[in-house]
Amino acid sequence: MAVKTAAQLTALILAVVAIAAAPMLLDLFDLIELTLFASMAVLALSLGFIWGFGGILSFGQTAFFGLGGYAYAVAAINFGDSTPAILLAIALPAAFAALLGYFTFYGRVSDVYFSVITLTVTLILFNVVNSTAGDEYRIGDAALGGFNGMPAVPTFNMPFDPAAVLEPEASWYVAAGTLVAVYVLLRLLLASSFGRIAVAVKENEVRASLLGYDPRLIKLIVFVIGGAVAGLAGALYVNWGAFVNPTIFGLALSAQIIIWVTIGGLGTLIGPVVGCILVQYIVSRIGTQQTFNANLILGAVLIGFVLLLPRGLMPTLQHIATQAGSRLAYMFSRDNAGRAIADRPAGAE
Amino acid sequence: MTDTAAPLLSTRSLTMLFGGVVAVDAVDFSLAPGELRCLIGPNGAGKSTFFKMLSGQYVPTAGEITFRSRSIAGSAPHEIARLGIGIKTQVPNVFNGLDVHENIWLAARRRNSPSTARRIARDILERIRLSHRSMVPVGHLSHGQRQWVEIGMVLAGDPELVLLDEPAAGMTDEETRLTAELIREINASRALIIVEHDIQFIRMIADKVTVFHQGGILMEDKADTVLKDQRVRDVYLGKKEYA
Ligand SMILES: Nc1ncnc2c1ncn2[C@@H]1O[C@H](COP(=O)(O)OP(=O)(O)O)[C@@H](O)[C@H]1O
Ligand SMILES: [Mg+2]
Repeated sequence: MAVKTAAQLTALILAVVAIAAAPMLLDLFDLIELTLFASMAVLALSLGFIWGFGGILSFGQTAFFGLGGYAYAVAAINFGDSTPAILLAIALPAAFAALLGYFTFYGRVSDVYFSVITLTVTLILFNVVNSTAGDEYRIGDAALGGFNGMPAVPTFNMPFDPAAVLEPEASWYVAAGTLVAVYVLLRLLLASSFGRIAVAVKENEVRASLLGYDPRLIKLIVFVIGGAVAGLAGALYVNWGAFVNPTIFGLALSAQIIIWVTIGGLGTLIGPVVGCILVQYIVSRIGTQQTFNANLILGAVLIGFVLLLPRGLMPTLQHIATQAGSRLAYMFSRDNAGRAIADRPAGAE
Repeated sequence: MTDTAAPLLSTRSLTMLFGGVVAVDAVDFSLAPGELRCLIGPNGAGKSTFFKMLSGQYVPTAGEITFRSRSIAGSAPHEIARLGIGIKTQVPNVFNGLDVHENIWLAARRRNSPSTARRIARDILERIRLSHRSMVPVGHLSHGQRQWVEIGMVLAGDPELVLLDEPAAGMTDEETRLTAELIREINASRALIIVEHDIQFIRMIADKVTVFHQGGILMEDKADTVLKDQRVRDVYLGKKEYA
């Protein structure tokens, strides 16, 4: 246990050092690409958390991502300051998740229908936002712009200081820092009583309720946290491109998040992050050449993973590491035992 | 445990239909505080369905359930659990993917601080004789040990009323004996209802026995009387004349 915690802390410190050093080691183009990866990895964490630890498979995590993105864009245009806009990008999707979760979990909707409902809600949001072309669809100073989306969205500034707009390096620190912070917060949450109860509900809802826990409430809270994190990712994404359009609600992205989590490993937090960055890296590499279709290769990669590493990348690596670790420990203990016998003076007993 | 004391649990005309099947048929049942009651009856008699209504897993089609003077028929399982009814179901119902300690800790945590829950879990692990396997995932344990984990979870919640649905099923003789011992320990301070098939086991623990047959109560009396009764013997042998 202590060894594991130490290893995790070391990994965390290494990650922070790498994030801090990245602007000095990479050219601007790569750094901007990594900023996008980090933003999307926050989105991956949101699904990895609710699916892997709450047992909630949402086909519509992009609903919250999109709401977060649009909430940020509208608020940033109106307020001229990104600070309240980011908070709104968290609060609005969380509130929407609370509403949707209340009706589905308390309405005892089955898992399959839940997934279908989240998918449908995402489609509805896509269509609604897509049809807001025309000048009558504006919120304050912000015209929603229909399928064209909203160009020239103000990007992040220093808290409460709209004049101090962040440079790309600073945006990288914000995106990567958010990723690390969300990861650590979710880790701590999972280690808390609430997190352990949430995992218990995922394991066996009936047993959890017979112990006196209300599974509906637990799942609702998990879902709302997931919605808040996805919304935050939406704000990061809009900040990255200074632009938002309805594809942010798209089914293609919804499916991709599920692929990230599946490849990286369900039931871990690091898996979705690794899966997300790996897939995006592959897609961006293929994108630069025209020989192969990106979706085709992505599909092949997914099938390969499902067949060869059904548990996903990170759980498999962890399994190998623990196996190797216990083998080493075994060899070591045998070694010690041998020495202990040899060390004992003859006739000591 | 006098007859004049208000019952801990009672049901009136409790009924459960599944389509056309009458699983539990207008059952009037009463349990005194601190009582240990055995519920016997052939397969399909409605014992598990009766338990599932008591614990909130099924909403009764009709009838009343009163626990500690409160009407609980149709309440959600977690509400009933909080009022003080703990159940071990017939089909093992545990957190298979979590280790033994975590299972018990989660049960204790509902009413206690994390550290108190840890202490309770340690005590219970000793009582169910699984301290040495506390870090093993419950799914890796033998059937008998999983049953104990589930009983341990019920105990960790410290309910007023303990329901055990076939606690000795699939246990070795030694495990069965230890389970009977555990039940007597629990009964020192808590009321229990135990569904069991094994007549040997019932002789070990029973005081008063209720016999279920085709959804209704066939008879209810001291264990000796019930086990000698010709109708009960017939029911267990599958004869139909009292249907
Ligand atoms: N969920 C259900 N749906 C339909 N029929 C059920 C259900 N549960 C139990 N039954 C029926 O109710 C009757 C009583 O079953 P049960 O309570 O499990 O009996 P016991 O526990 O005494 O063996 C049986 O005829 C069984 O088939
Ligand atoms: Mg049964």
